[in-house]
Amino acid sequence: MDAVLSQYIDAYYLHLMVLIGINIILVLGLNIITGVTGQLSMGHAGFMSIGAYTAAIMSVHLAFPFWASLLAGAAAAAAFGFLLGLPTLRLEGDYLAMVTIGFAEIVRVFFLNFEPGGKAVGLSGIPEHTGFTLVWIMVLLIIVLNAKLLNSRIGRSFYAIRENQIAAEAAGINTTRLKVLAFMVGAGLAGLGGGLYAHYMTYIAPQDFAFMKSIEFLNMVVLGGMGSIPGAILGTIVLTLAPEMLRIVAEYRLLFYGALLVLLMIFRPNGLLGDIRWYDVKKRWFNKGVKTWES
Amino acid sequence: MGILSLEGVSQEFGGLLALDEVRLEVEAGKIFGIIGPNGAGKTTLFNIITGIYTPTAGQVIYKEEAINGLPPYELARRGIGRTFQNIRLFNKLSVLDNVKVGFHGVTKAGFFGAILGLPGERREEKSIDSRAHHLLEMVGLDDKRMEYADNLAYGEQRRLEIARALALDPSLLLLDEPAAGMNASEKLSLMSFIREIRDKENLTILLVEHDMNVVMNICDQIAVLDYGRKIADGPPEQVKNDPRVIQSYLGAEA
Repeated sequence: MDAVLSQYIDAYYLHLMVLIGINIILVLGLNIITGVTGQLSMGHAGFMSIGAYTAAIMSVHLAFPFWASLLAGAAAAAAFGFLLGLPTLRLEGDYLAMVTIGFAEIVRVFFLNFEPGGKAVGLSGIPEHTGFTLVWIMVLLIIVLNAKLLNSRIGRSFYAIRENQIAAEAAGINTTRLKVLAFMVGAGLAGLGGGLYAHYMTYIAPQDFAFMKSIEFLNMVVLGGMGSIPGAILGTIVLTLAPEMLRIVAEYRLLFYGALLVLLMIFRPNGLLGDIRWYDVKKRWFNKGVKTWES
Repeated sequence: MGILSLEGVSQEFGGLLALDEVRLEVEAGKIFGIIGPNGAGKTTLFNIITGIYTPTAGQVIYKEEAINGLPPYELARRGIGRTFQNIRLFNKLSVLDNVKVGFHGVTKAGFFGAILGLPGERREEKSIDSRAHHLLEMVGLDDKRMEYADNLAYGEQRRLEIARALALDPSLLLLDEPAAGMNASEKLSLMSFIREIRDKENLTILLVEHDMNVVMNICDQIAVLDYGRKIADGPPEQVKNDPRVIQSYLGAEA
């Protein structure tokens, strides 16, 4: 399948589409933590690197089959999500952000000194198992599962925690437990994305998962619209492509990238799709079958 | 013994005694009012009964079990529903979803049930759906179910909060100033609504309210708090004429 595609599509575009797919998986994970449940996490790249290194080391050093490595990477990241979430999710807002930044830095420095991970040089020779087809099948699967989760009792309680924690407790929601769950799911998706990334790039190094990477993911969630799945996807596409499209302005690239963020936040403060519901779209464009109190 | 009783409950906030050995006995099926001047400890009392605070002394007995120290979500699951003085809705969720969240404590579908769409989960979702519609009809908000909660008018928001609390199928419902900010006709319909849900849902209602008209009209029993102490309790007529109550409200002996 990938071989067929590469005959028709330019390798560069194919590469971008794979990166977009991997980023969508990661951003959907962060969307659950920050967008839906409202817990500001600025260490998503830390979970990604745990997944990437776990999967890569298992493939390279222990010769595990690809799928086993991938799942182990996701599971390891989810486990760290649990370990980090349990003591820290009593913290709110800025404090939680600090802890997650610290966590991601610890992870980065750990891999910088971790012998089996190749230290600062990074880990190369990871077997290439990931391509366009696999990534996008995973993306579609994860979008479906994500939508199911967010439309369920658990998903509603995530939103409720973001909206008003005290009222959520009064509705019988064990907020600590569910925040930890949201953290685990989000971290697990980051680990999965990391594993896919490692087996696509075939080379990973600690600086691939630095602080700015976490910020990029956060930007994608916020720009797309907190808590919206289509928003997270659109935000990811825009912000993955933007640096590439902005190559035409050469050295002013980062300047334009920053300006783009500022402008979008001024004109769409709730994110591109943050305040748009499928229900409203239907009402506006089809104007039938949906009865409202106004009509 | 009543459905809820407080035995010598005290609450201290770093030297400030917000509640001082309060004793209360609430009988099942009654509408019980708590009144008192500002800062008397009414909301503190609510927060103790719903588990937000653990009292520094004394016991809260609900359905013959001590419940002080249990977390709020656990008390909600045991059937203590509440509304808040400053409305706490899930603003960026639809009216319908606000009520659906209310069912959280009495339903049990988990993570895997959700992502795999297991039959048990689907059945539960269906029943949540129909019960939520029923509740919204009861409070007259069914035609606004897709609105965001923060787009509702003030009185509607209060009713939505009650609908959400009723989703727990509570035995005890705590209303914190339900009539605040309502006009006279809204108050009238609120009073009949409170009586109606008490009878229909087989509830015991505990309410804090400043509006004496409302309190005297719907309560079967009233307790008066002043500076954290209970200074009187009894049926409305008796409380109304209690000299200590008159003194604490009017400031001087008549």
